[in-house]
Amino acid sequence: MSVPEARVNPMTTPNKVGLTKKDYGGSPSTLCTGCGHDSITLHIISAFYELNIPPHKVAKLSGIGCSSKTPAYFLSGAHGFNAVHGRMPSVATGAAVANRSMVNIAVSGDGDSASIGMGQFVHIVRRNIPLLYIIENNGVYGLTKGQFSATSDLGSVQKKGDSNHFNPIDLCMLALDLGCDFVGRSFSGDAKQMVPLIESGLSHRGTAVLDVISPCITFNNHEGSTKSYKFVKDNDQAIHEIGFVPSYTPIDVDYDPGTTTVVALPDGAHITLKKIKDHDPTNRKAALDLLHAARESGHFLTGLFYVNPDTVPFHEVIKIAETPLVELSIDKIRPSNASLNEVMESLK
Amino acid sequence: MSVKVNDFSIHVATVNGSGSQSSNNVLMRSIFRMGIPVSGKNLFPSNIQGLPTWFTIRVNKDGWAARKAETEILVCMNDQTYVEDVKALKPGSVVLHHEHMSVPALRKDVTSISIPFSKIISEACPDPRLRKLAVNMVYVGVLAEFLGITDEGLELAMAQQFKTKQKVIDLNRAAIVAGRKFAKEHSEVASFPFKVEPMNKTQGKILIEGNAACALGSVFSGCTVVSWYPITPSSSVIDYFTEYAEKYRVDPVSKQKNFAIVQAEDELSAMGMVLGASWMGARAMTSTSGPGISLIAEFTGLGYFAEIPAVVYDIQRVGPSTGLPTRTSQADVLFAAILSHGDTKNICLYPGSVLECYEFAAKAFDTAERFQTPVFVLSDLDIGMNFYMADPFPYLEAPLDRGKVLTDKDTEKLATYGRYADVDGDGIPYRTLPGMKDRRGVFFTRGSGHNEKAAYTESGVEYKNVMDRLLKKWETAKSFVPAPILTGSGKNRIGVIAYGSSNEPMMESIHQLKTEAALEVDYLRIRAYPFSNDVKKFLENHDVIYVVEQNRDAQLLSLIKMEKGYESLLSKTESILHYSGLPLDARYITNHVLELESNKQKKRIA
Repeated sequence: MSVPEARVNPMTTPNKVGLTKKDYGGSPSTLCTGCGHDSITLHIISAFYELNIPPHKVAKLSGIGCSSKTPAYFLSGAHGFNAVHGRMPSVATGAAVANRSMVNIAVSGDGDSASIGMGQFVHIVRRNIPLLYIIENNGVYGLTKGQFSATSDLGSVQKKGDSNHFNPIDLCMLALDLGCDFVGRSFSGDAKQMVPLIESGLSHRGTAVLDVISPCITFNNHEGSTKSYKFVKDNDQAIHEIGFVPSYTPIDVDYDPGTTTVVALPDGAHITLKKIKDHDPTNRKAALDLLHAARESGHFLTGLFYVNPDTVPFHEVIKIAETPLVELSIDKIRPSNASLNEVMESLK
Repeated sequence: MSVKVNDFSIHVATVNGSGSQSSNNVLMRSIFRMGIPVSGKNLFPSNIQGLPTWFTIRVNKDGWAARKAETEILVCMNDQTYVEDVKALKPGSVVLHHEHMSVPALRKDVTSISIPFSKIISEACPDPRLRKLAVNMVYVGVLAEFLGITDEGLELAMAQQFKTKQKVIDLNRAAIVAGRKFAKEHSEVASFPFKVEPMNKTQGKILIEGNAACALGSVFSGCTVVSWYPITPSSSVIDYFTEYAEKYRVDPVSKQKNFAIVQAEDELSAMGMVLGASWMGARAMTSTSGPGISLIAEFTGLGYFAEIPAVVYDIQRVGPSTGLPTRTSQADVLFAAILSHGDTKNICLYPGSVLECYEFAAKAFDTAERFQTPVFVLSDLDIGMNFYMADPFPYLEAPLDRGKVLTDKDTEKLATYGRYADVDGDGIPYRTLPGMKDRRGVFFTRGSGHNEKAAYTESGVEYKNVMDRLLKKWETAKSFVPAPILTGSGKNRIGVIAYGSSNEPMMESIHQLKTEAALEVDYLRIRAYPFSNDVKKFLENHDVIYVVEQNRDAQLLSLIKMEKGYESLLSKTESILHYSGLPLDARYITNHVLELESNKQKKRIA
């Protein structure tokens, strides 16, 4: 766990880049009081503060929906881009390709990613664009007043009483199948699990998918819903206790390899996973089996299902310059007169 | 029989996938290498192998490069089409054909030259597997002998086509020699009615397709992010961008690329990547055609309203829907201009030559960044995928215009910063880029309602402020985009407006009208939307204005009709429309102008 060394008030205590937690805040939220999304916003703020990432080095990206409003509520010192519905992944891809020096955080929802933006979700994962992709998943269309989304569980009951007749799309299973090298699930109310998951995801070099069940207090928090606070709290089974040890903190050598998996990240940080359920988080097939079994038995699992720290991000696959493309000088982006003449000669 | 020198068309009918493209290129370039102006047009199916395809080489001593409706020499290599192809010929044409094609039975008024292609190629090419590809070189040899194409021209053309592949060159040369030998023994060689004679009109010139020119312009204008989805006829823009960028934009030491090309899952995503990259501060573009334009409507609206640069090449084909994917049109003109729901106006450039495809690439990036908006370069299949002769392109010396971008150094301007505030009175606000440290310059980009400070708003007043400023920006753009070009004295009674690939046939038609009908017209070539005031003046100064377009619905004229203050002038306009999917030809325009003029004459007399 990356708790600051001394018990201090982070709101007034600068981190290693001289910023207090307050400096990581954003505009006041306009979401309903009690919305799960607002909790996630707080976890995001904690993670950036603890990771000592200056906000101006962050790009915030989102689509359309309640979830996609949230980037306005954290890191007001970072440029943000509220794109069109379901199309955030393409905008994020362009942004990430253009400037590889930025830390990218993307916030989407279940409608945004599992319905209208399913194609773009699939393809950003497939390309392994470096970013943390958080799905604030409440199984419902909030802004349009309570329709089922594609992640609603079969048989889950709508506020008006209708039951959902279609199988849910599990974005974690889908991401695993697509070859995603960082796949986790959490619950908006679980700060202890979420903050290290966000920190780990932000430290991951490729696409990190984090599906967060985030109850909709207004339209999907009733009896019979499988995305209500009560249902999730009653059924949440963490597969491990997760901790994030930043690169500047020495790793405790006493971890018992029998009970704790330690994942070393390329930047020197570590993810520690203390076993609750028997699962190897570095085995993709095991992760898929785990989720298939959980689906059959009706269990709701959370944790980091799979991680591959040796992931090869998109930039390396297509071999683009180390210097961010936006910073290339004119002589690097406009070939010489001699080069043009050579082309002209070949066309004569 | 009189001999026509350096003024005829060769129409080659083959089957696609048969390797005829190489033969046709060699034939065209060999004539070009003799100093004679040529142009090449490819009429191809939406198919990989087995369907009919035609390639037309126009040889013209005066340099006219538009499609010519009539063909003088037909080469029939395709059993499926030869009957129709022969029937369409004008009397006096020459047909080179396979022995089994009964051309004389079809037409008595054309010259039939029967060629034992199979026999010739089996002798010239010992390997039966290669004969299918090499057989097309036989007609090159036959024509070379009949027309008087030099060996030197052929060798230069082959070297260019096949680069250093010596075995391929040897094989093709053998086929050409065999074709020549056949022609020499043919009794008609002396009386062949068409000849080429060396000229000096192509010295130093290049032959290039518009799509290559667009790509080259982009590579030399600092475009660093390209995203696209394959679609005919625009894919070759990306193929050429890749080729040139891989050669000239890769670091020689690290081998790393100073550009990124991302093949997207669809055009929506391609446009999203362009906007994301542009938002980050890179020069980014996508290239597509009609169906892709339909898909990017949503993102275009975002780019317009959130004011994010983007360059979009639209290599127009025939719509609606899938339409005729391998035929040309100018039918996206209206759609591109107002693409997106809500009140939207998009800057469009209409390149009228391969040189302009290159120069407008640079102009498009400058305009997109200066005006912070999507810019559409409306090329088409005719200009994009056909070969045109041009002078070598000049080096782009002008510095890149990156527009109004504030950085951390601009502390004074940042003190009162508002992303969408009109500080300079030209409607163009200042933008900042991600990575900025000064929090006063940081803002949140959104396609929802926003005020001058980029904050979310549902206020009608604030919304209207933004929309009205966008109109002001539009006014500013009028004097920045390429101005129309006037050909003629400007004092003639008749005016003609055309744009894009209609320029070649239009120029030729003006020549025809003058030399054949003693009719002089003024021609205004529109090169961009928004229109400058020159368009209005042109309408004012002429009694009648023919607007020539390659679409059914008079789309550019519709845009002209949308202009304020043009109302009283519109009754003077008349459309000449061509929308068969084939490139426009001069004769079509000439005939229509003469017919419309003659109708008016009759009316006046009546």
